[in-house]
Amino acid sequence: MSVDQATVRRIAHLARIAVKDEDVPHLQQELNAILAFVEELGAVDVDGVEPMTSVIPMKMKLRPDAVTDHAGADVIVANAPAREDNFFTVPKVVE
Amino acid sequence: MTQLNEFTLAQARDAIASKQVSAVELTQAHIAAIEGARALGAFVVETPDQALAMAAAADARIAKGEAGPLEGLPIGVKDLYATKGVHTQACSHILDGFKPAYESSVTANLWRDGAVMLGKLNMDEFAMGSSNETSFYGPVASPWLPAGWSEDKARAAAATKDKKGLLVPGGSSGGSASAVAARLCLGATASDTGGSIRQPAAFTGTVGIKPTYGRCSRWGMVAFASSLDQAGPIARNVRDCAIMLRSMAGYDPKDTTSVDAPVPDYEKAIGASIKGRKIGIPKEYRVDGMPEEIDALWSRGVEWLRAAGAEIVEISLPHTKYALPAYYIVAPAEASSNLARYDGVRYGLRVPGRDIQEMYENTRAEGFGPEVRRRIMIGAYVLSAGYYDAYYVRAQKIRTLIRRDFETAFAAGVDAILTPATPSAAFGIGEKTNADPVEMYLNDVFTVTVNMAGLPGLAVPAGLSKDGLPLGLQLIGRPFDEETLFSVAQVVEDAAGRIDLPKPWWS
Repeated sequence: MSVDQATVRRIAHLARIAVKDEDVPHLQQELNAILAFVEELGAVDVDGVEPMTSVIPMKMKLRPDAVTDHAGADVIVANAPAREDNFFTVPKVVE
Repeated sequence: MTQLNEFTLAQARDAIASKQVSAVELTQAHIAAIEGARALGAFVVETPDQALAMAAAADARIAKGEAGPLEGLPIGVKDLYATKGVHTQACSHILDGFKPAYESSVTANLWRDGAVMLGKLNMDEFAMGSSNETSFYGPVASPWLPAGWSEDKARAAAATKDKKGLLVPGGSSGGSASAVAARLCLGATASDTGGSIRQPAAFTGTVGIKPTYGRCSRWGMVAFASSLDQAGPIARNVRDCAIMLRSMAGYDPKDTTSVDAPVPDYEKAIGASIKGRKIGIPKEYRVDGMPEEIDALWSRGVEWLRAAGAEIVEISLPHTKYALPAYYIVAPAEASSNLARYDGVRYGLRVPGRDIQEMYENTRAEGFGPEVRRRIMIGAYVLSAGYYDAYYVRAQKIRTLIRRDFETAFAAGVDAILTPATPSAAFGIGEKTNADPVEMYLNDVFTVTVNMAGLPGLAVPAGLSKDGLPLGLQLIGRPFDEETLFSVAQVVEDAAGRIDLPKPWWS
């Protein structure tokens, strides 16, 4: 399978990465090189094979439903590029 | 007297225990070595004040008779480990200025045992790369000289921004490998998703182990591909790796995939006889176009183990050739999901846009480098509606087949598997960056199967190439049987003899 330029733009949008028009052909070429590389997987007989979900067999562990790690709101927002008091701020999303 | 930074980790530990040297003296020697080696680009942040404070505290504990197993031993930390209040960016622009409010479990374990932090080490951005050339902070040079280069020529190249022509240390743990090989630290933390500990160790004549998935906690490590990522050490010999891994490993309730099993004293496995142990040689690793010197190195390894009393058996791992392509579906898929968190809201870089959507897209376009963008896009594609079954589910089924291959070999009594670590010796900085991305991916052809199956893998130097560069062998073990790997690796290290690390041309 290979991707066309419209698909490259669609994937970039899905991934929330802005792509300049002049970069699309180059990206298309690189993505197609990777897709060509994984093409041979189509030849493997996987009938009746379970997909791997856990590489080391283990039972999902549960923890008590309790606060374990409350650092405080000021600590949580300390690394934010933009904030007001203890809130993250973003461009306006509702009119 | 030997310069203090020339000690191995075990020698330094013993010198501290016998009061020949203090933690502060040892730390000062390493701080000086790091200052003299800035041209290599191995460290992205130096923390000398913190190191000296930790060393002084270590000396106080030693005086009180409360020394831990790593008391006063200075080490480097890959920039992927969260270190409280200290630069933690996985060498990405998108994490600009990020200083975590918490400490990763692996580094916390090291400090608990008395280790001293010298600073943060360069790496490929988000651990995506095999040459340390994708770092936002620029490439790292290997301390090994390219064939025919004079020290003057190397110094001139190291002084330039792109360091072109010098050798890559491998990646993604390139800063860790270069710093350990250049004696800037006694050992370093590293991490391995497809070969990122073992390939750089092989390229720099150092030893690195990726333990079994679940052996070390991933809590506080910047995530790349969560089902494959695992922490491990790089150090100058097998014993030093065993000492470091014992402190790094262990159950952590904060990582649900960490395994609740006791951590053995790995150092006790060093020197154990391998008489009668069964070593598998997988015929599928004899790949087309493999250089003759790699093949010869592998054959020498087989002879060394046979001479030590091991039983050598040919084995078959029929799905080996599918591991790398399947990895390039699974790893980007997990990366696209893990890296969705970098949105310009909670930490790091923000690039404005007309609305929130454009702010996300602009931030991620500027914050991620080309290799990371490429992998996120591949991941988004293979997970998208209509392609999920054809790519992602198929790759996960192939992963089951890869693990089954190993299980079959182990069920037949194989104790460990011997393979080459890399398909070549180190290449030059800039040599492969303009090529097809797949050419760089091929570096991991021998290591990636181990991550896909969750097994422990160790790279140990075994000889030099025709150009005088280090070459490594890889040992693959049963789940949670790192001890056998240490025993067998020590036999290889002893048989290969001393590989002299390069003299400090960089200072």
